[in-house]
Amino acid sequence: MITAGIDIGSISTKAAVIADSKLLGAKVIFTGYNAEQAGKTVYEDLLQELHLQPSAIQKTVATGYGRNSVKFADKTLTEIICHAAGAHFLNPPVRSIIDIGGQDSKAIVVDVNGNVGNFVMNDKCAAGTGRFLEVMARALEVDLENLGDLSLQADHPSKISSLCTVFAESEVISLIAKGENRANIIAGIHESIASRVFSMANRVGIVPPVVMTGGVAKNIGFVKALEKKLGITPTVSKYAQVNGAIGAADLAAGLK
Amino acid sequence: MIGASKMGVGLCETAEGMGYSPDLCSYARSDIACATVNGGPIGGLPRPDMLVCCNNICGTVLKWYEVQARYFKVPLFILDTPFCHVGFADEAKRYVRRQLDEYILFLEKTCGRKMDNNRLKEVGKLSLEGQRLWQAVLNTTANRPAPMSAFDAFFHLALIVTLRGTRDVIDYYSQLLIKMKDRVARGKGAIPNEKYRLLWDNIPIWPRTRWLSQKFASHDACLVADTYTSAWCGTMKYIDENNFFDSMAEAYTRIYLNIGIDEMAKQVLEMIDKYQIDGIVMHSNRSCKPYSIGQYDIQKIIEKERGIPSLMIEADMVDERSFAESQVETRIDAFMEVIKQRKGR
Repeated sequence: MITAGIDIGSISTKAAVIADSKLLGAKVIFTGYNAEQAGKTVYEDLLQELHLQPSAIQKTVATGYGRNSVKFADKTLTEIICHAAGAHFLNPPVRSIIDIGGQDSKAIVVDVNGNVGNFVMNDKCAAGTGRFLEVMARALEVDLENLGDLSLQADHPSKISSLCTVFAESEVISLIAKGENRANIIAGIHESIASRVFSMANRVGIVPPVVMTGGVAKNIGFVKALEKKLGITPTVSKYAQVNGAIGAADLAAGLK
Repeated sequence: MIGASKMGVGLCETAEGMGYSPDLCSYARSDIACATVNGGPIGGLPRPDMLVCCNNICGTVLKWYEVQARYFKVPLFILDTPFCHVGFADEAKRYVRRQLDEYILFLEKTCGRKMDNNRLKEVGKLSLEGQRLWQAVLNTTANRPAPMSAFDAFFHLALIVTLRGTRDVIDYYSQLLIKMKDRVARGKGAIPNEKYRLLWDNIPIWPRTRWLSQKFASHDACLVADTYTSAWCGTMKYIDENNFFDSMAEAYTRIYLNIGIDEMAKQVLEMIDKYQIDGIVMHSNRSCKPYSIGQYDIQKIIEKERGIPSLMIEADMVDERSFAESQVETRIDAFMEVIKQRKGR
């Protein structure tokens, strides 16, 4: 059975295709203004890359903030269930998932079957999300992709006390004005996000093995900061960013 | 009423323009602003002759009513009820009881006439009867399917809040009770296909009750009970109708929100069993600290004692600027998926 999962997030849109419990491929594009179009594009491009006809896909599940704009989906599910399923699919022993996407961060505890036991999502504020890092990268004139490596060079991470994105940005700007080096500022930003995620993880009661998913998992500096705070080393799959789409495709296989 | 008519934001903005902090409770902001512009759905409340408040469920009310008493230039009486972590100490009883004597003197002086003991007994009995009937109405939702939901209770609540002690309350709830019993007999539920039964905690998100009720109904979930509407009949056990004055002190003081978190959790657990609850929906209310503080602890106690999931919605009872629809929607959808997954097992 071949199934597809589409995850339309606030920043990027992801698609994955699974055939008989094996991942055939996955793809990421920017969501942009038109979520519906992004869902279609990523799906069609991926099928083309995999040399599959749309008729070959038996079921499709859509997830993410734009889930309801995927008209051709058989079902929509939230990211919570999909990330749990995706992490379980890639790494069956997993018991906890920390997902940090564009505008949400969440901590999820799953049972041995990958069913969600409990979850906590960030409160309304955008601090502690991918968008927060984007804003900071812009203020620091650093490419988003380089934040992680740069922060590893820090010798004395700055204290970013504010938990609000807008105020934290002003704080970063004043640190720049004071001549603080970039590596320390970035490391400070990572620590401030890690501290927020840490309290969420405690609230939900995470247990190892822990995996980290979502686009922010690609940031090695943040993963290290989180590891330090949690005292647990999270596993990061190379499919971390498309984990939700993989979970959606996996759940699609279970649809009747 | 201001919240439900979606007039809260405008009035809150007015209050903020007057210099009140956006962190101040939105009931206080709305009321303070409303008085100055005769706003809200009924064009403001009539001018008061006096103001009376009690701090048993709210600390903000002290300053809020002082502000209003200065604005209207009227006398203010404050009934101070000490917090009851556990039990009800004798000192607390004497302290509150003595204030009731002061309250009578205040009323006699302000109204210019003596208190009528017989009338007190009559009104007290009506009040108690109203509470009994309201509890009886709420009890009907223990049936499957529930004949009404918490969203209906938020509406019918108006009488026990504003007309307690009058005949009208008794007439209204008697009829409502007959209607609900009839729905139970006919197996008619509040939502078309009740599969999941939820409990609501905290004050409603007034401007979004319709959206929320439809959202939950779309998942075949009915909010069958809540800690809010039941608080208006939650201290009946302390009331002695042959000794109103003494028992009144206890009933006012030992109300839900003026008791320790363990005591609150105990009441929530009782409700979970009584109404056969599958999950708790908690509104972390930006305005109401006494109601929202301790929710994480109650959540943990429930998870441990009954193993049922809970959802936290961050919002405000009146100020819609604190409500983010798509974020709340994702959390509700995810919560319902978890409940369905658990129930399906």
